[in-house]
Amino acid sequence: MRVAGEITCRELVELVTDYLEGALPADQRTRFEEHLATCAWCATYLDQMRQTRRALGALAEDSVPIEARDALLHAFRGWNAA
Amino acid sequence: MELVERHHAALVRLAQSFVSSRAVAEEVAQETWLGVLNGIDRFEGRSSLKTWIFRILVNRAKTRGEREARSVPFSSLAPEADGEPTVDPDRFVRAGAWSSPPRPWEGEPVERLLAGEARDVIDAAIEMLPPVQRQVITLRDLEGLEAAEVADVLEITDGNQRVLLHRARARVRQALEDYLS
Repeated sequence: MRVAGEITCRELVELVTDYLEGALPADQRTRFEEHLATCAWCATYLDQMRQTRRALGALAEDSVPIEARDALLHAFRGWNAA
Repeated sequence: MELVERHHAALVRLAQSFVSSRAVAEEVAQETWLGVLNGIDRFEGRSSLKTWIFRILVNRAKTRGEREARSVPFSSLAPEADGEPTVDPDRFVRAGAWSSPPRPWEGEPVERLLAGEARDVIDAAIEMLPPVQRQVITLRDLEGLEAAEVADVLEITDGNQRVLLHRARARVRQALEDYLS
């Protein structure tokens, strides 16, 4: 049986970002953490959202493709000359 | 040039969510850099330099996108599907507990896998996102802007920013789960 105020797994997954962003009201945050403490599945889900965020952060170190770099340098030279 | 190297790819990625082609997005990014050069004297430091650059880009990309509105591919005009669950409802029993829970990802942490295919998996997942979700996740997670800065640059509310970010991250997580299992 479900205790009043308890959150389900289905509800928890929709609160993960609010949780990570520190945007959950205190009472909801407590219930979120209580659920996590006893639910390995949701803990895994949260961990994967964290890993996803870290992977996205590491993705940004893209280099500029050669053609784009040439076009940019050309545009900048034009600007210098102006 | 260092600033350019650090942000050019993100500018192009972001511009692409407003305009119809990669080529136009490259142009918008170039125009943005020129705009930055021309306007740097007027930069007052009230926001971070990065936020300021992205705001210039978004303004230009929006104008460009509006001008070519008729040629924007239909898919990017699809609604953002607010309110739909971000995890397949079939993965839960009726009472709301997992019936098909996520399995822990074994081996290396995902960010270490980026030299290989995982990068393509994430890139493809981002490409598939509705435009505004793509804009939010690019600024917030790839470029590391603060939530308030993202909301400011895209002219959306903080709450909306969070909803869009959540939907976008959940989709990328799902793509990684599909790839890793």
